[in-house]
Parts: sequence; structure tokens; C-alpha cells
Amino acid sequence: MTEATATAADHDLALLAQMLRIRRFEEQAAECYMSGQIRGFLHLYVGEEAVAVGTMGCLTAEDRVVAAYRDHGHALARGLPMATIMAEMFGKATGCCRGRGGSMHLFDVGRRFYGGTAIVGAELPLAVGLALADRLQQSSSITAVFFGDGAVAEGTFHESLNLAALWQLPVLFLCENNLYAMGTRLDRHQAMTDIHAKAAGYGIAAAAVDGMDVRAVEAAAREAAESVRDTGMPFLLEARTYRLRAHSMYDPDRYRPREEVASWQAREPVASFADRLRAEGRLDDVHWQRLEQEVAAEVAAAVAAAAAAPVEPEADLTRDLLVKAEPVEVNACPG
Amino acid sequence: MPRLSYREAVREGLREALATDDRVFLMGEDVGRYGGAYACSRGLLNEFGPDRIRDTPLSEASFVGAGIGAAIAGMRPIVEVMTINFALLAFDQIVNNAATLRHMTAGQLAVPLVIRMATGAGRQLAAQHSHSLEVWFAHVPGLKVLCPATVTDARLMLAAALADPNPVIICEHALLYATEGDCAETADGFDAWRPLVRERGDALTIVTSSGSLPKVVAAADQLNRSGIRPELIDLRCLRPLVLKPVLASVQRTGRLLVVDEGWRTCGLAAEGSARRRFRFPMPPTWNRRRCRASNASSPPPES
Ligand SMILES: Cc1ncc(C[n+]2csc(CCOP(=O)(O)OP(=O)(O)O)c2C)c(N)n1
Ligand SMILES: [Mg+2]
Repeated sequence: MTEATATAADHDLALLAQMLRIRRFEEQAAECYMSGQIRGFLHLYVGEEAVAVGTMGCLTAEDRVVAAYRDHGHALARGLPMATIMAEMFGKATGCCRGRGGSMHLFDVGRRFYGGTAIVGAELPLAVGLALADRLQQSSSITAVFFGDGAVAEGTFHESLNLAALWQLPVLFLCENNLYAMGTRLDRHQAMTDIHAKAAGYGIAAAAVDGMDVRAVEAAAREAAESVRDTGMPFLLEARTYRLRAHSMYDPDRYRPREEVASWQAREPVASFADRLRAEGRLDDVHWQRLEQEVAAEVAAAVAAAAAAPVEPEADLTRDLLVKAEPVEVNACPG
Repeated sequence: MPRLSYREAVREGLREALATDDRVFLMGEDVGRYGGAYACSRGLLNEFGPDRIRDTPLSEASFVGAGIGAAIAGMRPIVEVMTINFALLAFDQIVNNAATLRHMTAGQLAVPLVIRMATGAGRQLAAQHSHSLEVWFAHVPGLKVLCPATVTDARLMLAAALADPNPVIICEHALLYATEGDCAETADGFDAWRPLVRERGDALTIVTSSGSLPKVVAAADQLNRSGIRPELIDLRCLRPLVLKPVLASVQRTGRLLVVDEGWRTCGLAAEGSARRRFRFPMPPTWNRRRCRASNASSPPPES
């Protein structure tokens, strides 16, 4: 092996490892939900791993990342420690937001990871503002914002695309088109289903990519990110993907034909990439098993730590409501 | 009296409305094929077809606005906003269009629109999914606000709202959908717009509404066991807010406790106790006898 092919092989294995971490994390999260350790909403990223993993590597530590509520995969790919994510989802004080946000609101500002928004489409204007600040401060960072196909129907999508183009802001709009907004299929919520083509209406460059293929996502995301960096202008990348689990743990998932799910399952990104690496002679069973073991150990440690951690004391509830504020009202008259 | 769940009662109310009035249609996110985020409209798509059970895109401002337009033009739309948290995206339409059009056009227009939504903290859904903002609507002249807390109210308030020629917001509490109760079979004598005394008592007056009612009933049970009989009043309608029965009760009991899931400042509890003071001369001890139980003044944490 030459040095170049060795690095390429390492890189491929890193992509695979990252996707596997997300997959096993999500499966464990589902179990923790069943056992009552995780409560509230839980939206799994199973089937969509290639999108977060393929794009995150094209961003630098200075770039900013904004996600929606299906955010565990993005947080992991961005480098938030698995243990703090799991603790957050358990609602524990050791979580990245002290357990206040939970599954849908993972934030780590030190890693320039801005959550975690549970109102569909609300993350888009936020990303525009982050990029505006970067532009005004002559920073070279770009902002990547992830959102679903469902968000495309919100006014904020159109308003944010327009603003980013009008003000020439470095935003990488990343639409994770998984064909459904909860139970409503794309062609039942969009008059024109070619999402990336909508960018033309705002004079924004755009592309679509197979979101089940991590290499394809990575290549497209690299081009898109370079375009944003070079031109300072926004770019809309549409990754066509599929969620293999229900919308959330509350969803009985009755609206999708079984054959449709099966056909996407056959192309699921983790196994298909592993198969490809095997066929290319870059992955063997020994390596795969070692990878599985490492990931299993990491997941188990995250669960154990989260289970053992305390919850934030109730007395701290009004802490951090305002900057340096005394706890509001706590001392006010009880009447 | 048939026993129904609150969810089934809402569905029955919808079914009756759709069956009796051709102008009525239901629209909102996932109300059709999915059957509603809280399964309130399950089965209605098959029964009434896609013209009358309309799935909408995630476009709260636009489909609520479209509901206003359709109402002005002679339809009787029922718009379902999945939860009150997302109604914030439609607040402009509700406050600036639905609530003003009648008055601003000097009576030329009426907005006979019903907007239903789930309110309240569910099970640990974190800050952006746990709001109880019904008092925000109750602040706005031009709107009416109903908060069904019982199965009968869940079923019959919808018809009352549809019969009203004004925009009516119905806030259904997310944690009530699974509760069960006896449902009145007819609307005879039913008045959606007034408070009801749910339990008679003389020790103190507890005023509440919506998802807090079952909690207050449970608390009253405990008090009953120690020989204290509180009077429980369910406000039911937050706008127009009728406080006469509350005042009458407080005059007998001399004590008022307002239990509300919303925040304390400028909230329902503040309104209830402030109005009480405003209208009646109070005994000197009164201040110590009024009490508010509201939520902590912070965004609801997931944990
Ligand atoms: C403004 C708003 N309306 C409704 C909802 C309820 N809701 C949560 S997720 C969702 C579907 C979103 O679909 P999409 O954007 O495609 O993302 P996906 O879940 O497929 O990742 C809906 C309707 C919400 N959270 N916010
Ligand atoms: Mg989607």
C-alpha cells in the first residue's frame, strides 16, 4: 500500500466507524426509551447516518453547525462526547445542557454546535444570523444548517434562503430529504418535489445527492462547502435519504408501504458501505468485529455513566434564565 | 352516559360537526393519513374524504390564515394546529387577522373559525414542546377561548364553538387525551361559556381549568379524607371570562386558591386573584388567604 492509499483506507474506515457509532447509539437509545431511562420525544437517525457523517468532515472546527431535533447523529459526528449526549438524553446534570434540553436540544457551543431546535424550520433563521455575525466580523467560518424536507414548507425556509442570498452569507443549507414529514409524504406536502431546484428562485447554487452513500455525500458536501467558502454565498445541498425507524417513539408508523421501507433498508448506509469496503479489500471480519466491540464498549460506558449521574437539583431551576440575574421571582412575594 | 376517552370525545365532536354541516372541514398537519398527532381524527379521512379532512404542509401561518379566509367566505373550517407551541408561528394570523377583522371592518366581516390545538406539558418534552399559553389568547379581544377538561366538554364544546360566529380557540390538554369519563349524550342545557362548580364545598374555593382539573380533583379527595371540603370551580372558558360563580363561592368560603399550569406573572392565577380584589372590599386578612399555584418561572426543563 502506498501512503496515499493507506490514508484513504484509514479515512474510509473512519467514516464507517463514525456511522456505526451513530447506529449503535441510536439502537441503544431506543432500548433506554423502552426501559424508561429516556423519556419524552426521541427521534432516531437510523438510516440517515451517511448524511451527518459525510458532511461533518467537510467542516472545520471554526465552522458552525445548526441542527434540528433529530440531532444525535450530528452531535456525535461533530465530536460531542457520546457520554454527555447520552446523559443529556437521560435528563441528567452531566449532560451537555445539564439535562434541561434532552434528546431534541443538544448544544455544545464550545464545539460550535448550536443544537437542537424542536420547532420545525426555526433553525434556519438562526443559521442566517450566525453567518451574518461571521460576515460582519470578517471571520472565514461558514455555517452549516441541517433541516428536513418538512421544513421546506415553512416560511422560514424561503425567507432564510432569500436573506442569505440577499446579504451574501456563507450558509450551507443541508436538506435531509427523507421523503416524509411525520406521516406526510413529500409529494403530499410539496407542489414541486425537487427541493434543491427551489434554490434557483433565490439565485442560490444547489445540488442533490444520494444520501445513502457516504462517499457521494462527502464529495458533494466538500464541493458545496468549498463553494460557500470561495464565493461567500449560500449553497443548498439536498441529500436524499430515508429514516428506517418511525418518526419518533410515539409514531405507530402506519403510513409507509412495507415494500418501500424494505427497498430503502436494502440500501442502508452502514451495511452497504461496509460491504463495499469488504469488496474493495479494505475491511475484513477481524477489523469489523474489533470495530463493533469498540463501539459497543463506548455505548455501554455512556449508558452506565448516564444512569449513575444525578439530575439537576430543582433549586437550580431558575438558574441561567437571564445573564447574571438573581433567580427571578423566587424571592418575590408568595401571594 | 357512554364512557369515552377524551380523545374519542374530541373525535365524536368532529364527526358530528362534519356530518351535520357541509361547510365544516378539518385541516392541519397529519390530520388525514396519519390520523392526527394525538389520533383525534383517526378514521375520519375514510369517512369524509380528502376534501374535508385535509392534510397540510408544515405551514402554520399559511394554513391558519387560509382558515380565516375560508371562514370569511362562508365555510366553517376547523383548523388543527398540532400543538400550542407551533401556534406561535400562526400568532400573527390569529391576533392580527382573525381577532381584528370583524372590528376593523366595522362589522362587515365575521370570522366563524375554530382553531383546535393541544396545550400543556406532556411527558418531559422539554421547553419548546411544553408550553401552556392559552392565556395569551385569552388576552386578545376578538377571540374566544375554550379549555375542555372533561370528556363531555371535549365532545360538546366543538359544536358550541362552531355555532359561534367568532373565532374560537379550543385548547385541548395533551395529558387529558387518554383520560376516560362519562360523556353527556345530548347538548341539552349545555353551556360551553361559563364556569362550572365541579365539587361543592365550603372550606376554600379552588379555581382551575384544563389539565389541572384532574390534579385538583385528586388533591380535593385527599382533603376530603381529612374533613376539609374545598369547592372546585372549572373555568372552562378563559375568554370571555365569567367570574360570577367564583366570586359567589369565595364570598362563602373566604379563601381562594387558583391552580394554573401557566406561568405566574400576568397569568391566569394573577388575573383571578387581582379581579377578586378589584371588585370586592376585602377582609383585612384577605391577602393571606389568596394563593396562586403556578409553574416555576423558567422554561420547562426536559428532566
Ligand atoms: C412548527 C412546527 N410544526 C409542527 C411540528 C411537529 N412536527 C415535529 S417533526 C415534524 C415533521 C418534520 O419533518 P421533516 O422536516 O421532514 O424532518 P424529519 O422528521 O423527517 O427529520 C412535525 C410535523 C413542529 N415540531 N414544529
Ligand atoms: Mg423528513
